Amino acid sequence: MTEREIMARVEAQFGAKVLRSYEFRGQCAVTVKPEDLRAVLTFLRDDGETALDALMDVGGVDYLGFSPVDGSGDDDREWRYEVAYQLYSMGRNHRFRVKVAVGEEKPVVPSVWDLWAIANWMEREVWDLFGIHFEGHPNLRRILCHDEFQGHALRKDYPINKRQKLSAPAENLLCAKVEWA
Amino acid sequence: MSVSGHDHTTVRPLPSDLLTLNIGPAHPATHGTLRIQVQLDGETIVNSGCEIGYLHRGFEKQCETVYYQFVIPYAERLNYMGPVNNSNAWCYACEQLLGIEAPARAQALRVITSEMGRIIDHAVCIGTNLVDIGALTNFWYMYNYREKIYDLYEELCGARMMVNYPRIGGVSQDAPDGWFEKLLRVIDEMQEAVGDVRNLVERNRIFMDRTIGCGVITREMALSHGVTGPCLRATGVPYDIRKAQPYWGYEKYQFEVPTAEGGDTYDRTIVRFQEMFESCKIIRQAVASIPGGPVMVDNHLVALPAKDKVYNTMEGLINHFKLVMHGIQPPVGELYSATEGGCGELGFYIVSDGSSKPWRVRIRPPCFANYSTFPKIIQGKMVADAVAALGSINIIAGELDR
Amino acid sequence: MGLENNFEGMPVIATRLDEVVNWGRKYALWPMPFGTACCAIEFMGVVSSRFDVSRFGAELVRFSPRQADLLLIMGTVTQKMAPVLKQIYDQMPDPKWVVSMGACASSGGFYDNYSVVQGVDELVPVDVYVAGCPPRPENVIGAIVKIQEKISRESVRDWR
Repeated sequence: MTEREIMARVEAQFGAKVLRSYEFRGQCAVTVKPEDLRAVLTFLRDDGETALDALMDVGGVDYLGFSPVDGSGDDDREWRYEVAYQLYSMGRNHRFRVKVAVGEEKPVVPSVWDLWAIANWMEREVWDLFGIHFEGHPNLRRILCHDEFQGHALRKDYPINKRQKLSAPAENLLCAKVEWA
Repeated sequence: MSVSGHDHTTVRPLPSDLLTLNIGPAHPATHGTLRIQVQLDGETIVNSGCEIGYLHRGFEKQCETVYYQFVIPYAERLNYMGPVNNSNAWCYACEQLLGIEAPARAQALRVITSEMGRIIDHAVCIGTNLVDIGALTNFWYMYNYREKIYDLYEELCGARMMVNYPRIGGVSQDAPDGWFEKLLRVIDEMQEAVGDVRNLVERNRIFMDRTIGCGVITREMALSHGVTGPCLRATGVPYDIRKAQPYWGYEKYQFEVPTAEGGDTYDRTIVRFQEMFESCKIIRQAVASIPGGPVMVDNHLVALPAKDKVYNTMEGLINHFKLVMHGIQPPVGELYSATEGGCGELGFYIVSDGSSKPWRVRIRPPCFANYSTFPKIIQGKMVADAVAALGSINIIAGELDR
Repeated sequence: MGLENNFEGMPVIATRLDEVVNWGRKYALWPMPFGTACCAIEFMGVVSSRFDVSRFGAELVRFSPRQADLLLIMGTVTQKMAPVLKQIYDQMPDPKWVVSMGACASSGGFYDNYSVVQGVDELVPVDVYVAGCPPRPENVIGAIVKIQEKISRESVRDWR
């Protein structure tokens, strides 16, 4: 399937739940609300046609102050953050991207760590760098920055050279279950 | 019956606690800056946790402050085992964003330099892994050939390790005279050396006892964790982006995607050996079939003009000034570009707002996904097995932490 | 050695204590490689056969700081790593010397951002800085020779 066909399939299945569809250079993506995220991802994974069985990447984007400079008008996003899930189908060799729109006031997204184990660490990273909370995540701690870090480094309003000293390394890294680590 | 009158058969074992042991972040077996905490019952690992981020250099934030072409050196420093793979991948992602394509000769040069990078990446990975298991010789032996590849890079562009060779729209310069002949000679020597090392370890009793069944990544675990590269292929999944979604003309070259079945440390090592042979094959084909022509795209919005135009014509001077001062300006859009790096799928997710600085660069680091399996695969093993397994996953902290 | 033939009867030489101690110290440096990033890979080149740092008596790499007297800081040091580096330096016994290898360790390099320490001299005293990103192996050997020169100017009384 081409990415456009996958996008059409998602739109047919979810209708108005798709906030925005998007195509650029042959790559397609849909944006959905946090409450629909798990349904969309599960559909794409389990549907026989799409079979997007591998989650390759989870990455946040902060759109604070985003204004395209090519004169195509101001950005009309009503949300500040997006989290992009890059999916790949091992069997059918196609890719697709699902993005979730996250508002500034309540940056909460349901966790998908039980669908793909990689989401565990990837979501921890998005939490660390963007401060987006993942509901249902068993071990939502900082992963790249140190524990005493205040704020979230990849937000656009975090100054790039604001350094924060660490007094001592973390004592305990163990979780109750090894699946959570 | 003992002297004191107690019956030994009724004495309970000594009460013992679990021992918590820290490995790293400055530990020789971690080959970088990883920290692993394990809880031991005797010598068996019953629980473990990993901490990463000790080399978090803020790559993604830094990229937002510089022009697209200035990200090339940052991208190289992500993976210092095979640096040029990453810069090639970054330039390819930018070209996709711009909707241009590098000339055929530049693409072949990228294939050659990337495969050289893959060979030296695997050479050091195997070498250091064997050092951890107790075989020091192979490392020194392999490193000599790494130095020879460094010499080739140096002749190509002046730097031995961080080469800064590709450009958006092509590569910085063509290969010097006689370079390809030297390359083929080194590749022949390299292949012989890799064969020697493989013969030393492939059927070696000690090596097999240490590695077979050690650090097993099952196929289900690999797919769920997004494991890619040699670690995934060692579980039997023949996923290689060079075959699945070819770029730079990889579809023209005849090569195999080596796989194994067990997914353990032994299989990962053997898959790497075979990949090095396949890389040698690709390099020979690429050199034999290298097309002529320019190595930089003919597009004044991307490529710097020739020096005689800059010095002798007003248009050339303005063009040069604009490109240096205002950078390359791709259209508004977002794009995910994946290539096969040394450790697996290396993805760049770029969001462009149309200005000369990327709005957001997200890198999908292969090591990050591969390493997330680590707490699970050392469960129930011994510390020495964990060290052997860690080396075979090939964690590169620069890419893991960015 | 052949030297003993020059002594007639009494094999004793008179020299300054500093001379003989420094002579011993400078040709038997035991480096502790604190390798974090790219520079550590170049250090592998320094110790392997082509560049062979053992020609300068500094090949006995010790990963335990308590057995080392030369701290080689190779690569970027982040805020998360800073307490670890400080602790390793404190664990090394006197006398000790520090080489900061590469642009990142010396000044933060081109990582001027929230997570990178802008030069390890914020944390530990540095004797020799090596320029380069990463430095060539010859530069690292040059730094070791510089340390040897520095040692030969020192006195045992400096390290009390």
